[in-house]
Amino acid sequence: MKAIRDVIKNDVAVLGVDIGSTTIKFALFIGGDLKFSSYKRHLSNVKHYLCEGLKEIKPFLSDGKIKIAFSGSAGLGMANALNLPFVQEVFATSELIKTVQSDTNVVIELGGEDAKVIFFDNGTDERMNGSCAGGTGAFIDQMATLMNLTNEQLDELSLKSEKIYPIASRCGVFAKTDIQPLLNQGAKKEDISASIYQAIVNQTITGLAQGREIKGKVMFLGGPLTFCKGLQKRFVETLKLTDENAIFPSFSRVSVAIGTAIYASKQDNEFLIDELIENANNVKINNLSNTTMPLFFTNDEYQRFKERHFKAKVDFTAIDNYVGNAYLGIDCGSTTTKLVLISEDNKILFNFYNSNNGNPLEVVKEQLLKIYDIIGNRITIKGSVVTGYGEELIKNAFNIDDGLVETLAHYTSAKHFNPKVDYILDIGGQDIKCFKIKRDAIDTISLNEACSSGCGSFLETFAKSLGIEMKEFANLALFATSPVDLGSRCTVFMNSQVKQAQKDGATVGDISAGLSISVVKNALYKVIRETSAENLGNNIVVQGGTFLNDAVLRAFEREIGKEVIRPNIAGLMGAYGCALQAKTLGLQKSNIKGQEELLAFTHTSKMLKCKGCGNGCNLTINLFNDGSRFISGNQCEKGIKLGESSADKLQIPNLYEFKREKFRKLMQCDFDQGKNTIGIPLSLGMYELAPLWKTLFEELGFNVVFSGFTTKKMYQKGQYTIASDTICYPAKVMHGHIIELVEREVDAIFYPSLTFNINEKSGDNCYNCPVVAYYAELLDKNLNLPQKIKFIYPYLNINNLRELKKELKAELSKHFQLDKSKIKKAIEKGINAYYLWKQDIINEGKRALKYAQDKGRYALILAGRPYHIDNEISHGIDKCATSLGFVVLSEDSLEITEKLNNLKVLNQWTFHSRMYNSAIFASKMQNVEIVQLVSFGCGLDAITTDEIKSILESNEKLYTQLKIDEITNLGAVKIRLRSLKGVLDERKKQAIKTK
Amino acid sequence: MREKSKQSKLNSEVLYDENGDRIFTLENKKDYTLLVPSMIPLHFRLIKNMLEKIGYKVQMLDERTSSIAETGLKYVHNDTCYPATLVIGQFIEVLQSNKYDNQKVALVISQTGGGCRASNYLYLLKKALKKAGFGYVPVLSFNLSGLKTQPGFKLKVADYLNLLKCVMYGDLLMLLKNQCEPYEVVEGETIKTVNFWIEVLNGEFANSKNLKYGHIKKNFALIIDSFAKIERNIVPKAKVGIVGEIFVKYSPLANNDLEKFLVKEGAEVYVPGLTDFVLYSAYNNVVDAKLYGEKKVVAFVSNILYKNILKKQKDIIKLIEKQGSFNPPTSFDLTIKAREGYINEGMKMGEGWLLTSEMIELIESGINNIICAQPFGCLPNHIAGKGMMKIIKEKNPKANIVAIDYDASASRINQENRIKLMLSNARENLE
Repeated sequence: MKAIRDVIKNDVAVLGVDIGSTTIKFALFIGGDLKFSSYKRHLSNVKHYLCEGLKEIKPFLSDGKIKIAFSGSAGLGMANALNLPFVQEVFATSELIKTVQSDTNVVIELGGEDAKVIFFDNGTDERMNGSCAGGTGAFIDQMATLMNLTNEQLDELSLKSEKIYPIASRCGVFAKTDIQPLLNQGAKKEDISASIYQAIVNQTITGLAQGREIKGKVMFLGGPLTFCKGLQKRFVETLKLTDENAIFPSFSRVSVAIGTAIYASKQDNEFLIDELIENANNVKINNLSNTTMPLFFTNDEYQRFKERHFKAKVDFTAIDNYVGNAYLGIDCGSTTTKLVLISEDNKILFNFYNSNNGNPLEVVKEQLLKIYDIIGNRITIKGSVVTGYGEELIKNAFNIDDGLVETLAHYTSAKHFNPKVDYILDIGGQDIKCFKIKRDAIDTISLNEACSSGCGSFLETFAKSLGIEMKEFANLALFATSPVDLGSRCTVFMNSQVKQAQKDGATVGDISAGLSISVVKNALYKVIRETSAENLGNNIVVQGGTFLNDAVLRAFEREIGKEVIRPNIAGLMGAYGCALQAKTLGLQKSNIKGQEELLAFTHTSKMLKCKGCGNGCNLTINLFNDGSRFISGNQCEKGIKLGESSADKLQIPNLYEFKREKFRKLMQCDFDQGKNTIGIPLSLGMYELAPLWKTLFEELGFNVVFSGFTTKKMYQKGQYTIASDTICYPAKVMHGHIIELVEREVDAIFYPSLTFNINEKSGDNCYNCPVVAYYAELLDKNLNLPQKIKFIYPYLNINNLRELKKELKAELSKHFQLDKSKIKKAIEKGINAYYLWKQDIINEGKRALKYAQDKGRYALILAGRPYHIDNEISHGIDKCATSLGFVVLSEDSLEITEKLNNLKVLNQWTFHSRMYNSAIFASKMQNVEIVQLVSFGCGLDAITTDEIKSILESNEKLYTQLKIDEITNLGAVKIRLRSLKGVLDERKKQAIKTK
Repeated sequence: MREKSKQSKLNSEVLYDENGDRIFTLENKKDYTLLVPSMIPLHFRLIKNMLEKIGYKVQMLDERTSSIAETGLKYVHNDTCYPATLVIGQFIEVLQSNKYDNQKVALVISQTGGGCRASNYLYLLKKALKKAGFGYVPVLSFNLSGLKTQPGFKLKVADYLNLLKCVMYGDLLMLLKNQCEPYEVVEGETIKTVNFWIEVLNGEFANSKNLKYGHIKKNFALIIDSFAKIERNIVPKAKVGIVGEIFVKYSPLANNDLEKFLVKEGAEVYVPGLTDFVLYSAYNNVVDAKLYGEKKVVAFVSNILYKNILKKQKDIIKLIEKQGSFNPPTSFDLTIKAREGYINEGMKMGEGWLLTSEMIELIESGINNIICAQPFGCLPNHIAGKGMMKIIKEKNPKANIVAIDYDASASRINQENRIKLMLSNARENLE
């Protein structure tokens, strides 16, 4: 590194220390030469590794003198504590690159938690990931743990991939919810590994480049980009870099440390290494401010706690001596598989609880064989029932007798422990579920949204990342003296909080205790949204693997101020419930595959794109050795099999599909070469007013071209220009829609800025949300549209025809030769078309409602915003609902007859008024239920969700919310909808009984 | 007759409306203490006094405990914006502590009344209070948009104008403080001067004569002079402007004491004044009438107000220029123009175009280093803040802007690290 020698000329030793969130890096220069460098994980014990490093360096120094500087997020605290120079890491990097390779155009650096991109053309432009964009190195760690691989294995596998799956590129939690079903559906680990890397690439590009193209010579720096060959490959391929333009320098993993050394060389002060070591050794950075009291003060207290919980137990009995009938329950969850075999008197003969290692089929097969080995002919399995994410897969693979909705499985089990149970809280690896029980039936269910999931497995991953077994990690929490307060947000946020606490000197125990408290708070305040323990009921049963952790249990009891029951089989409750259910089947013998069939059992899977319709679902076809197959990943029944019942289900009215069909027709257009063409991007507010604009522009003599429904490909085209990575997905796809229109060579693109939407007179006002109203402003400034295409986004008043006419006339004649006399008529026709369109939807809504009543089906209002009908936005949730037998209504298919006066919110947005209206409508109707669709990042829904929930609950109706984003796990949606249906059926039964 | 009975009802002690919300009656006005979240501590010390002169008992909430956010999260939907979490958390914590007699307090919350969700803070507060068992505490909306008011909390036009005077005094003090403090030779002298003036002004408010503009203008000049007398050591320092969502921009509780942090890091801070937001709100009514052809009367009145304030702002600018030691704020008619070529003046939810304008205005006045502070997931700022950065940087290559999200669980170290990056570049450009 000759160039460095020119910069670091002095003979004195110069040391750069870069301490990041996970690793510590040293770079030592003497006389301008790199004499020593190292890269180590510091396992949050920064002080120790700093001293070790300094000791390693000492022998290199002839006179014991050194210049030193720190960098990195953990280096900051250390530099402050030791009163030594500090340089911001991105700054250090850019200084380094300017020195050693000045022809670099872009640097991409990934660290443990940060991602950075530096552009060098036209002045240095440095960017770091925002607060929501999770970790990168830490993210790979998490994913590897989830897949039960080492980082090296993951990397190797990724190089052999054949295809890439879409995985949310926003944050770790989202990615996890995408990966889990892939694992469960049997997708290949090679492909998933590569997809994980691809997610990081996408995240870097969307989150950081934000409209600036990454091109020219690109240098890659930081640990992950040094070690992960697969990640390098994904970056190079995605950015389409040639070999000479993709630079992976030898010093990449210590690049910041080198940059820091350059900075150190410019400082005046020299230090004595011995003093540095001594000071570092004595440094106290214990300034933990947010701590709470210990979970247990004395061992005595803990023993009493344990004894109390020991009472809630199911007995085990030795399987070796047992002769007679037995019942099998399987709970195939998202991360773990549980099996329970019970005796005629409900004692446990055999149980299994373990990670499904990404392949639940193998796990179940292995355990079943084990059971067969033990039981021989002594025991007859008379029934088997399965529940959980993998329910259908397992059921089909092994001929399990029946499937049970998770919620019911858990309730069945909890009732066994306390027949009076009125509240069940289950915290598993990925999910938080809670049920309220009223009159012997599940009354309400709350499940966590995709965003706050990952609770249990988060604890586990975290323990692993510190190299500690989960059990020990939990034990350390019990008597930790000052548990840290980590807040109650999504786990990505928690991750940063943890890192900060570590830097502030928290012990592992303090963190473990803090995390346990956070998991509990998350469940209580984010999922259940309860603030008072009274609402939780008097007979609370807690379960799920996470509650086996005494620290979590203790934190929960303390937070709600009540004692609860935790069964000794807390992790097996679903499976135990299934086993109990299997008993009620009353079979002579279970149909489950026998020993021989099992031995012969093999399974292969392949992925296919469904051709049933335009959606192109990614199907996983599981082929079993007996020739049978099981297909998953489908959004609807079409294309899979058309049995009688399915054909019947296809007839079920679905307002979402009805509206889509109307749009398909609307988008057809006779193209006339001689006319000007207006392009209309079909997302956000356009899903409401498109019929108006189309008619209007056609009347004025334009061709009207739509961008069409969103496709993933379309989204990806515009992905690079997204300015704010936390905005909702319906806004993000807009970028792709605009590019689509540019490619169709329209003359102008029209998306008016509408502060106010149509006034339906049902609310206090008729605003659009800021994003729907003004997104064109952002699109125009971030998309680099070609000059010849006009982007027209006038501020219009659509509730005042006279004004509208004036404004449109002024705006359009700026760009086109207009026959001004036609404008008034065009507007009238447009408005007319809009109202006809609306009436059509309302009529269909009435028909659907009547159908539901006639056929005795539930009608389900999928209450979203108009743009939620787009399949790429709602991912086929409507079809999932019809496949379960629901008649699907949309929030705009209900007539609004009155102004809503008694709301506890300011009802000022048109689209949201419709949702309140739907909630009130559903409350009044017996067979009508409502599910609210919420796009991730929709700020307004923080207000609407609570209000809709309270409207429904005050009317004894169930509230279900589905949070949707770029990728939505339909498996989880299905469970929610099935649970909803299960509860409704149960309530119906109860109602008949009480009559 | 009916009117009379209604009147007498309003005079009684504890009343609820048809929604079960506590009414703040004229009777209550006499002996209730209004609790007001202190958004900009400096300004609000003056506002407190003015409200007392108008006839209310007032207590500013300055608590900054770390549990405020936690309490907020407990009672407000966790995806709600950070300012709501904080303000509501602060109220509930104060009520829970029973520091003031809970039977004799009322809570004041501001309401913007636009398409942003901030208009719903009042409702979120009411819900949270009911949840926490304080449904009996009356809530008062402070707004300029004619949203629902309480009988015991109706401010007259003159009252609003007097409060506005506090805002202008506050802005001037803040501006001068920010320009003196980083350079002061005797540590603490600037703050002493600020405190001196707040005391003097508060003492003056009792006499209405002192609220005449002629007197105020004289005060402006005196204030500027007294700050100019502070001995300063002018060394080159990086100048950093703070823009963003109004609460996060100003409130040290929300932005982790950003101004102090920057001064400690050796920067000079510039924060556009609160007067700008008032002018922005008034001006938007004029724009609305122009764009949508409605509410012309509101626009007419707003325009008078707008011109009146603008004239005063210009007076201040002239006085600062005349004195010669300090950089004056940008006159708002130039602020309005600054956004041209970037964003339409119709974009008016939240801080809307003002946010973009302030960034440009800063750059044009030579302050290239900017922190755009917003609550995590702030809807209007997606567009007017982050959405405009690309074009701002393209048109102004020297712009050194960093967007920082504030949130209950955002890690402070990540925020500070990003700010430090911005500062490193700022210092480099200084050399």
